[in-house]
Formats: sequence, structure tokens, C-alpha cells
Amino acid sequence: MDNKSDQTVNSIDPRITRAKIHTGNTSDMEGLAHFQTYEVFHQNKRGAQHKHVGIVHAPNPDMALLYAKEQYARREVTANIWVVPSSCVSATEYADDDIFITAPEKLYRNPASYKVMDKINAFKARGGKPTDNA
Amino acid sequence: MLLKQEAENPQITHNSNKMNSIDALKELLYKIADDQLIIGHRNSEWTGLGPILEEDIAFSSMAQDKIGQSEHIYNLLHQLGEADADTVAFTRNSAQFHSSQFVELPIGDYSFSLIRHFLFDFAEYLRFESLKSSAYEPLAQVSKKFFGEIKYHTMHANTWVNQLGKGNEESHTKMQDSLNYAWNYALGMFEQGPAEDLLISENIFIGEKALQDVWLGTITPLLTQSNLTIPAQENWKPIFGGRFGKHSQHLQPLLEEMTEVYSIDPSADW
Repeated sequence: MDNKSDQTVNSIDPRITRAKIHTGNTSDMEGLAHFQTYEVFHQNKRGAQHKHVGIVHAPNPDMALLYAKEQYARREVTANIWVVPSSCVSATEYADDDIFITAPEKLYRNPASYKVMDKINAFKARGGKPTDNA
Repeated sequence: MLLKQEAENPQITHNSNKMNSIDALKELLYKIADDQLIIGHRNSEWTGLGPILEEDIAFSSMAQDKIGQSEHIYNLLHQLGEADADTVAFTRNSAQFHSSQFVELPIGDYSFSLIRHFLFDFAEYLRFESLKSSAYEPLAQVSKKFFGEIKYHTMHANTWVNQLGKGNEESHTKMQDSLNYAWNYALGMFEQGPAEDLLISENIFIGEKALQDVWLGTITPLLTQSNLTIPAQENWKPIFGGRFGKHSQHLQPLLEEMTEVYSIDPSADW
């Protein structure tokens, strides 16, 4: 690494020049601990599900909420935001993803697999009355 | 109501008293908008240089909010017969600006920018809270529209001030030093306007004195909770002048930088 830490960045952007950023030396950043991450959940209206939208880095939940608002709610319609420390999330192992393999085959677990419109239409035709044996 | 009619019909002949209340209203709008434009520009100087990515985005976004708010207030002035927003924002010199000297100070280190953010935004929040019930309806509408935006700015400011005020010795010392330096400039925000009694009597604005009292009552406990101390009252020496066009050496260079591109071709359509 060249030894130019006594020189500062000279930019056409006057803000950068004023900031006196030292060149050729990033050692200031070494040893700085990163903040933990928080998972952000966004709700677009009351009563709707909160949906996971991403993460923010923050030192604590209050700051995480401040940042989540600007990262994930400055363009969208928003009713509410949750933040949860990423460390609180328990997850399956990708190595075990074979536990999910056969699930798409089990069509009988999918409500769309059941043909019930005939029965519903018959029910309506009876004026909403149950059948005799019901 | 009278003001609204006058605004819509500027050719109406006024007696001098009513003219004065229009002038007083314009002065109020100019100082609000100019404060927002200048602090918005100052805070935007952190864009790309913020301490962490998330904070950079948040601080830049709030700076944009301020400039957007100023545009709305300049539009109210335009309705009252002043030049359009771009002309007003980009063609005046420093002596024509009504902003407080507080907002034109350089960004300094982040502790100063955060302390200014805290002191300014709570003042702005309380100003707009009172203006929500202003008798000048267009201003009341704008105040309601931006209130939530400004509320977030105060949440952001208070969270940071609390973090660093109670952080470690270094962060506490930096915040306290910045508060001490900022204080008399912050008091300068509440410089009384030339015809404020008219605005008060017409229920357009509660007046700077009342606003300062509410502000002190709001920020004092928050600063105490953050282990920060307001300078002793015998040392309070508000730095006035900004509302009457008297500025520090920092405003004119800011304006030249802000208008550098605009000045190349003022007729350009963006």
C-alpha cells in the first residue's frame, strides 16, 4: 500500500474536497465492528400480512426502525413496519431441503385440486338449504 | 378569510393595515421556506459521505424532504404575487434570504449536523403543529400535509441524539460540545418578525416567543434523557439578523454552489 495518507481527495464535487478524505489508506475502517442486521417486514395496510422485504444494519431496534422506514417505506404505501434481529431467525438447513421434495406432488393438499363447483351450484339452486341427509 | 380573498384578487385596494398583514404573512412564509431550503441543501452535503449506508440514505432523504417542503411554501408565496419557486430559490443573493444564521453554518462533523438536525427539526415540528390551525388556510393545509414527514425527522434526530449523548465518553463530549456551540445560533431561529403582532392578532401564527417557549419545554426533557445539558441561561445570547438579511460569511458561498448549474442556463427546462 502506498503511503499517501497525508493527501486528501481533490474532486470536482466541492463537498468531497471539503471532506478532506485521505487517499490510499483504508486502515481507518479496519477493526470496526459491523452492526448486526435486522430483518424488515413491511405491511401495506392494516390487517394485511407483514411481508419480508430485506435487511438493515443497525446497532439496536430503534435505529433499525428508523432505517427500515427510509430503506423500505419511502416509496411504498405503508401502514406498519416490523424489525427482528436476524439472529432471532431459526432456519432449516439447505442441506436438508430434500424434506420438501415431494410436497409439490401432493395435489390433494391444494384446494384447487378439489372440484366442488357442481356441489356449490346445486346448493345455491336449492336456495341455500342443506340436502335431506345432511 | 380576508387574506385568501386578497391573495386571489391582488388588485383589490387595501388599506395600509391589511397590506401590512400580507407583508407580515409573506415574511413568515419566506423565513420558513428559506430555513428549509438552506438546511436541506446543507444536509444534502452529507450525501455519499454519511457514516453508514443506511444513515446516508435516511439523512439524504430528509434533506430532500426539506427542499420539497420549501418548494410548497414558495408556491404559496407565488400565489401571493411573489416570483415562482425556482426564481425565488435560485436568483436571490444572501441579503435577500430570511433564513436564520443557524441553518447556513457548515455541516461540521456529524455531531454538529445531528445537534442542528435535532434543534431545528423540533422547532420546525412545533411551528408546523401550531400552523395546522393557522387562520391562513393554505398554510394550514401545507402544515397538515408535511406534519408526518417532519415527525419522522424528529424521531430520527432524537434517536441519534439519545444514542450518542448516552454512548461513550467520546460521543457524549462531541455531542455536548456541539450543543454548546449550536445553542445561541439555535435561539436565533426565534428572532421576531417585523410585524408579528399582526399575525398573532389574526390567528395566523402564534409568534416566535410562544414558539420558543414550547420548543424549550419539549427539547429540555429530551436532552436531559440523553445526558446532555443546555447551556446556562445567563450565557444565552441569541444570534439574530438572519430574518432581516444579515448573514454570516457562510451563506453566499452556499448559494453560489447551490445555483451553479442553474446559473449556466436559467431558462433550461429540467
